[in-house]
Amino acid sequence: MRGVLVMAGREIRAGLRNRWVVAATGVLAVLALVLAFLGSAPAGEVGADALTVNVVSLSSLSIYLLPLIALMLSYDAIVGEAENGTLLLLLAYPVSRWQVLAGKLIGHAAILAFATVVGFGLAGAAIAATGDVDAQGVYAFALLIGSSVLLGWVFVGVGYLLSAVVRERSTAAGLAIAVWLLLVVLYDLALLGGLAVTGGSGLIGRLVPALLLLNPADAYRLLNLAGLPQVAAFSGLAAAGRGVAAWAPPVALLAWVAVPVAAAWLVFRRRAL
Amino acid sequence: MSDAVIELRGVEKHYGRFHALRGIDLAARDGELLALLGHNGAGKTTLLKILLGLTGASRGHVRVLGERPGTPAAVASRARIGFLPENVVFAGGMTGREVARTLARLKGRPVAESEALLERVGLTDAAARPVRTYSKGMRQRLGLAQALIGRPRLLLLDEPTTGLDPVLRRTFYAILAELRGEGTTILVSSHVLAEMELHTDRVAIMRGGELTACDTLPGLCSAAGLPVRVRVQPGDGAAAQCLFEGTWPARRQANGGVELQIAADEKMPVLRWLGGLPDGAVTDVGIHTPSLDEVYAHFASAEGEGA
Repeated sequence: MRGVLVMAGREIRAGLRNRWVVAATGVLAVLALVLAFLGSAPAGEVGADALTVNVVSLSSLSIYLLPLIALMLSYDAIVGEAENGTLLLLLAYPVSRWQVLAGKLIGHAAILAFATVVGFGLAGAAIAATGDVDAQGVYAFALLIGSSVLLGWVFVGVGYLLSAVVRERSTAAGLAIAVWLLLVVLYDLALLGGLAVTGGSGLIGRLVPALLLLNPADAYRLLNLAGLPQVAAFSGLAAAGRGVAAWAPPVALLAWVAVPVAAAWLVFRRRAL
Repeated sequence: MSDAVIELRGVEKHYGRFHALRGIDLAARDGELLALLGHNGAGKTTLLKILLGLTGASRGHVRVLGERPGTPAAVASRARIGFLPENVVFAGGMTGREVARTLARLKGRPVAESEALLERVGLTDAAARPVRTYSKGMRQRLGLAQALIGRPRLLLLDEPTTGLDPVLRRTFYAILAELRGEGTTILVSSHVLAEMELHTDRVAIMRGGELTACDTLPGLCSAAGLPVRVRVQPGDGAAAQCLFEGTWPARRQANGGVELQIAADEKMPVLRWLGGLPDGAVTDVGIHTPSLDEVYAHFASAEGEGA
C-alpha cells in the first residue's frame, strides 16, 4: 500500500509543480462563473432557480471540456515515463506494476476531482450567494459536480489505456484527440444522422437509449439533463431520457471508468520495458 | 552456490527469433565486484533487466538474493537492491531533493537518509533546483545517490561513470570500495575498461548474447594466451640482435630496443636471465602485462571466437 500512496503523492506533487492543478481548476472555475453570470439571465423569466439553469448550460459545455482536460492529463502517464526512462527506474524499486499504475491513476484522479469540485463548487457557491436557489437546484448542481468528476475519471481511464498500449508519446497524443472527437463529437452526430434518416422509427429509434448509454458523454448528459424533471424540461432531453432507467446512466459511467482501467492494467502488466 | 547473491544458469532470452541471451551461466558472491563488459547489443542491459525482474527470462534458472525475479517476494527484495540505469532520468519538474525523498519513501527509508546521500555525492547545494536544470554529471550523481538508498546488498550499475569528472570518478570508486567492504555485491556494466581494471574482482565478457569469458583478470590473461611483452634496451645496438639468439622470440623496435613476447609464467626466468647478463649489456627493461583492453578485445571481438 505504501507504494501506491508514494506514487499517488508523486503524481499530485508533479501536478502542483507543473501548474496542472492550478490551470485545470482555474479553467473550470472561470468557465462556470462566466456561464453563471452571463447565462443565468433567463432564470427569472422561465421560473427556474439559478442553479438549475446553470446545470443545463454548464453540463453542455463541460461535456467537451472535461474529457479534453482528462485526456491531456493522462495520455502520457505510462508511455511518457517509459519513453524517458523513469519507468525503468521506478520498477527497479520494491513496487509492483499494479502499485505503480494504481498510484499514478489515483494521483491523476485526485487532481481532476479537486479541479472539478473546487472549480464548479466556487461557481455554485457564487450563484447560491447571489440568486434564488431551491433544494432541487442544489441537488441538481451537486449531481452535476459528482457526475463531472466521474466523466473526468472515465477519460483519465481511457487516457491510461491509450498510454499503456502505444510505444510513443506522440501516438498517444494523436489517439487521445481521435478518441475525444469520436466519443464527444462524432458519436452524437452519427446518432442524429441515423435518427434523421429513419425518422426516429425502426431499429435505430428503438436502440437510442442503449446507444446513448454506450457513450460516456451521452450517459453524462442523460444523468444531468434528463434525470431531473425540471432540468429535463429546459434541456429538451426529456424525450431522449424516456426508456432509460434512472440507475442506468451512473452505472454506465462507472462501467466506463472500470473497463478502460482494467484493460490498461491487463496491457501494462505484460508491457515489455 | 546457494549462497550466491546472483545466480544464473542456462539463461536464455528470445525476442521472437532474435536471441538476446544464450545459455548464460553466472554467479556473484557477497562483496564481490563483477565487471560486465561487452559491445552495444551484447546483452548486458537485457541481463540487468532480467536480474531486476523488468523482463522475464525465456528459459533457465535465475535467482537474485535467493528469489526468482518477478515474484512478489522478489519485488519486496528489491528494497535491498540499488540500480543505476544507463542515462538515468528523473521527472523533470521535481527538485533533486524531492526525487531523492520520493525514492527513499518507495524503499521505505526515512527521508533523512536521502539528505545524507545527496551530501555524499555533493548535491546538497543543488538539491533545491529542478532536476531539469541539472548537467549530465549532476543527474548521474543523483542516480548514484538513489542507487545507494537503503544500504543495498546488491548494486547493479549500468555505465555508472558516464558524465562524471575525474574527481567524482575517484569519489565514486571510493564509495564502491567502502560498500564492498560492507559486503555489498556490485555488478558494473561498463565501457571504461581502464578504470575497471583497478577495481574489479572478476570480469565477465559478453558477445552476441553469450558469456564468452568470466574470470579474474590474470585468469583471463592466461586463458586468452595473450603474451607478456618484455621490452629490453640493449647497451650496445650492434649486439642487440645476437643477444637473444636462441632464447625467446624477439622483435626489433624502432628505438633500437628489442621486444620479447613470452608466456605469463616465463616472466621470472626471463628476468633471471637478464640479471645474469654482463654489466652494460642492457640499459633498461620494461614489462607490459596484457591490459583489460587487450583481454576484452580478445574475448569480445570475433577474433576471440572459440577461445
